[in-house]
Amino acid sequence: MLKRHGHETVLAGLVVIALVVMSFQSAQFLTTGNMLNQGRLMAEVALVALAMTFVIVSGGIDLSVGSTMGLCAILTGVLWQNMGLPLGVVLAIIPLIGLICGLFNGFLIIRVGMPPLIATLGTLALYRGLAEGISQARSVRGYPEWFAAIGQGSILGLPTQIWILGIALIVAGVILGLTRWGRTVQAIGYSEPAAHFAGLPVNGAKYAVYAVSGLAASLAAILFVSRVSTTRSDMGTGLELDVITAVVLGGTSIFGGRGTIIGTALGLILVQVLKNGLSLAGVRGDGTLVLIGVVLVLTLVAGAFMENRVRR
Amino acid sequence: MIGSTTLPPSGTGAVRRFLREYGHEILVALAIFALLVGVGLYNPRFVSARNLTTIFSGNAYIAVAAIGMTMVIVIREIDLSVGALIGVLATISGTLAVSGAPIWVAWTVPIVAGAAINAISGILVAYARIPSIVVTLGMMAILQGGLITATGGTWISNLPPEYLLAKMTVFGLPMPLVWAIVLTILAGLWMRLSPFGRSLYLIGGNAEAARAVGIEVPRRIVAVFMIHGAFAGLATLLFATQLQVIQSTTPPNLELIVITSAVIGGVSILGGTGTVFGSSLAAVLFATIGSALIFVNVSAYWLRAFIGTLILLTVMADMLRRKRTMKGA
Repeated sequence: MLKRHGHETVLAGLVVIALVVMSFQSAQFLTTGNMLNQGRLMAEVALVALAMTFVIVSGGIDLSVGSTMGLCAILTGVLWQNMGLPLGVVLAIIPLIGLICGLFNGFLIIRVGMPPLIATLGTLALYRGLAEGISQARSVRGYPEWFAAIGQGSILGLPTQIWILGIALIVAGVILGLTRWGRTVQAIGYSEPAAHFAGLPVNGAKYAVYAVSGLAASLAAILFVSRVSTTRSDMGTGLELDVITAVVLGGTSIFGGRGTIIGTALGLILVQVLKNGLSLAGVRGDGTLVLIGVVLVLTLVAGAFMENRVRR
Repeated sequence: MIGSTTLPPSGTGAVRRFLREYGHEILVALAIFALLVGVGLYNPRFVSARNLTTIFSGNAYIAVAAIGMTMVIVIREIDLSVGALIGVLATISGTLAVSGAPIWVAWTVPIVAGAAINAISGILVAYARIPSIVVTLGMMAILQGGLITATGGTWISNLPPEYLLAKMTVFGLPMPLVWAIVLTILAGLWMRLSPFGRSLYLIGGNAEAARAVGIEVPRRIVAVFMIHGAFAGLATLLFATQLQVIQSTTPPNLELIVITSAVIGGVSILGGTGTVFGSSLAAVLFATIGSALIFVNVSAYWLRAFIGTLILLTVMADMLRRKRTMKGA
């Protein structure tokens, strides 16, 4: 157990320690209300991080998720308010746009053969540029109440986001850990030529991984727009860094081939506990950023040393 | 490519060889020239001395930062923290300048501090073997968060006039422009001619081979990160002294602009190729496009979409060219 899931065990320990320390710092921290609210707040990053786990495990990376989210958010507002489409129809179109953004990344990486880092760096600029160009820095407000229910409402006493997250978490965990698709993605990340010669559908799996990443970003956009009831073209700026931090913190190897959904979930929780706990304890958000950076680097250094010892 | 051809320079052969080696750089230069002529014909104010100074001098710091980034990418690493680093160094430098320290101290400390801070990233990459993209991602969070925590978001104002390097001129030319040109030429020649500079292409192209011929790869990685940090310090001096105030934040996405300059300038993200001439020219190309959009009445909000398209087209062209060279060989 410890041998196979060493990283996750260490991480779970860190989460527990952080929870205990933070609950001593502030009486508000360990309350049901606060915990549920944190679940609501982390939903956008978490959804994208689950998809990003697949991308990184496959040996790729997607820097364009924040921009895809921004583009989808802007299009939600523009299609509804400027083009006059019913909001229900818009909500059906937006995931398609996310899918197209993801598939275009896949096209550049698989068909054109660009390195994922560069292809998605290009689309990071392109999608954000489209969002800025289309919106001309105008924001859209005045969403109907039923729409706000997605991001602000509750089902059976739990925030909507927690239900969505819970389902996404189980689906992602099962696919990556237990299915042939999940193993295909891992095999590609471990050695793409080997996966190819083993007759695995390498290109199909890679297309799927980037498409799902775009899709997750578009769903995050809908959740975000609904939660804050407004759209702006700078939404999701820097999302890619939060997401990659959580995934890498969760023990997914940036070289691909190795990573678990549980790890990503623990990484997400640790980051959120630190952010929330420290802000309740009166530390400004920027101090938290330093701590997250330090935790990220230290986790990696520890991981690198442990791996070196195992190799010897 | 560079360093592997040993043909003796002679007549048309030398011209052809120059064209082959610097084809990409020439292309970027031609694109800048075409933009200046095209948009200049449409709106002559575009090529007025004042606008050209704004374009070239105001963005010189990006070209300088791209020099160091070029070296980092040539050895097949990347640095996402350079934007945050420039922000931190600007605050350090400005604080020294207003606290009454001698001006030369305010000018030198950022260069040294840049090298020192980046030495940490370099060591983690070279010796702990953590991929540079994650190390510098963490570094970026630490620097960005540290900066705002330390300054509380306040701006530094009342900078002494003799500190404002970017406002000075040499022989009538703005200082940042002169610096960018001189530094690009020096760094370009150094990478092309010195054994150290040439070894970087070998490390990026084939680290195994570099090790086999006795190059101490980890030590060079740390050195390159430190040199890159020093260039970030130099870029800081040009960036921070442009205005009367220094903000405690950096232009958002500065690291992406710098990386993109290197990539559009022909530095392959796969390592082993690319020159600083290309990166500096690409930085100028960006600035020209940004300004041209305004002069042809296209909303500046479309700028980023243009840049994104440009990145994708450049890389596609580069891939096609490589494929053709491989077939030809």
